[in-house]
Amino acid sequence: MATTLLNVDGINVYYGAIHAIKDVSFHVEEGEIVTLIGANGAGKTTTLQTISGLLRSKTGSITFEGKNISAISPNKLVSHGLAQVPEGRRIFLQMTVEENLEMGAYTQPSGGVAQDLERVFSLFPRLKERRRQVSGTLSGGEQQMLAMGRALMSHPRLLMLDEPSMGLAPLLVEQIFEIIQNLNHNGSTILLVEQNAQMALSVAHRGYVLETGKVVTTGTGSELIESPDIKRAYLGG
Amino acid sequence: MTFLSHIITGLSLGSIYAIIALGYTMVYGIAKMLNFAHGDVIMVGAYVCFFAVTSYQLPAILAVPLAMVVCTILGIVIERLAYKPLRQAPSLAVLITAIGVSYFLQNSAQILWSASPKSFPSLFTVGGNKSLGLFGGQLQISYTAMATVLACIVIMLGLTWFTGNTKMGKAMRACSEDKAAAQLMGINVNFTISMTFAIGSALAAVAGVLMCSAYSYLLPTTGSLPGIKAFTAAVFGGIGSIPGAFLGGVLLGLIETFTKAYISTDLSDAVVFAVLIVVLLVKPAGLLGRYVPEKV
Repeated sequence: MATTLLNVDGINVYYGAIHAIKDVSFHVEEGEIVTLIGANGAGKTTTLQTISGLLRSKTGSITFEGKNISAISPNKLVSHGLAQVPEGRRIFLQMTVEENLEMGAYTQPSGGVAQDLERVFSLFPRLKERRRQVSGTLSGGEQQMLAMGRALMSHPRLLMLDEPSMGLAPLLVEQIFEIIQNLNHNGSTILLVEQNAQMALSVAHRGYVLETGKVVTTGTGSELIESPDIKRAYLGG
Repeated sequence: MTFLSHIITGLSLGSIYAIIALGYTMVYGIAKMLNFAHGDVIMVGAYVCFFAVTSYQLPAILAVPLAMVVCTILGIVIERLAYKPLRQAPSLAVLITAIGVSYFLQNSAQILWSASPKSFPSLFTVGGNKSLGLFGGQLQISYTAMATVLACIVIMLGLTWFTGNTKMGKAMRACSEDKAAAQLMGINVNFTISMTFAIGSALAAVAGVLMCSAYSYLLPTTGSLPGIKAFTAAVFGGIGSIPGAFLGGVLLGLIETFTKAYISTDLSDAVVFAVLIVVLLVKPAGLLGRYVPEKV
């Protein structure tokens, strides 16, 4: 039996008077890919930002490896083993590829950084070719790889990806999802937020469907992909 | 010979502007705020050095680091008490607060040290001489001017190295681009901003000592005008850019000195600001600045 890595229990998040997340609960087991899908504005990104501490929940709890992390500041969560690839990638555009990766290793002892760089470069050979390049000059796909590589530099036990397919050409989307599956096969646990429900459900072990801040359906990836409701609402058929 | 001596005066004045501008630009780049109290930290640094040298007979080699330490602490305290609570506030609120801090420092200095000017001693002498005579004494270069230009170059190179090669320096650049993303990397943004204020304020102390040493005159309002001119220099060179602040400061000092020498002393400030306006019309981001469209 796998152990529960992340447990989100009954969180409620507000933007001023707007009740953005309503009693959301879900969990991620070690070794899984879990996806949160839903339309724009359903609360997917808000949920991730609450887990990473950029936003706060009024109620409920978020536990990671059995520890309550709901009150920990975002910059301390990295050393607890959580890393987030934020929506829109948010890489440091004026810094080089290598410097971006070094920032990902900010909490790591400096002795291991060179080795981690090589590990990330072997996953993303394109980044190695461009290591000295200012990252603002990278293509969208390369920037997404850099954002993922940067997150991996901290040896996360849970990698949270927010809309990795956003703004990418279909071929690149497939490539990114292949990489996500590879990472998972190599032992990474992944929480994936996606608008591209088809792609997300095809790689995920389990999924949760969010609608206007609430979890409305849950199931395994294949169950959800076959469900008529989901097909109608999110898969265009 | 007079031309050469104007160049030296201009370089030394410009180096003072540049050192102040470097502090402005660091704080703006990372905290995204204009710290209008920066000029008054200069004044505090100069007073600390003044009393250390005159009342406590400390040698300059101890008095200058003491002024730097006091200003570093002052900078961190100002940031913690006045600016940190306003991190989420509109930038106008922060700007007004900074102006308030500036007046607070000036008035405190007046209460503590009186409004009457102090005659600042010359700190940089070699064998009792204040300046080095060249060409049979036709050209006099003050040791203060030499120390100022040297300090400015060392500081500029040091900061460039620091932000490009150290973990803390890179974290500062990361914060300057995207604070939320920096936090997700595990960077403590508040600590990084504190460190920026610490560095900027230590530089302000150096600038204060060098400036008062060159012009031997110290008042509670001493830092105010140079602060504004250095801010101009930072904008001139491209605010947020370290080489830009250096270039802007040096150019401003040269323009000011040459205007005083060949056009009119009274018009020098007007010319300086006119040049700024022209530069900003042609290059809105400043000489070395990058134009970044505002995110909406």
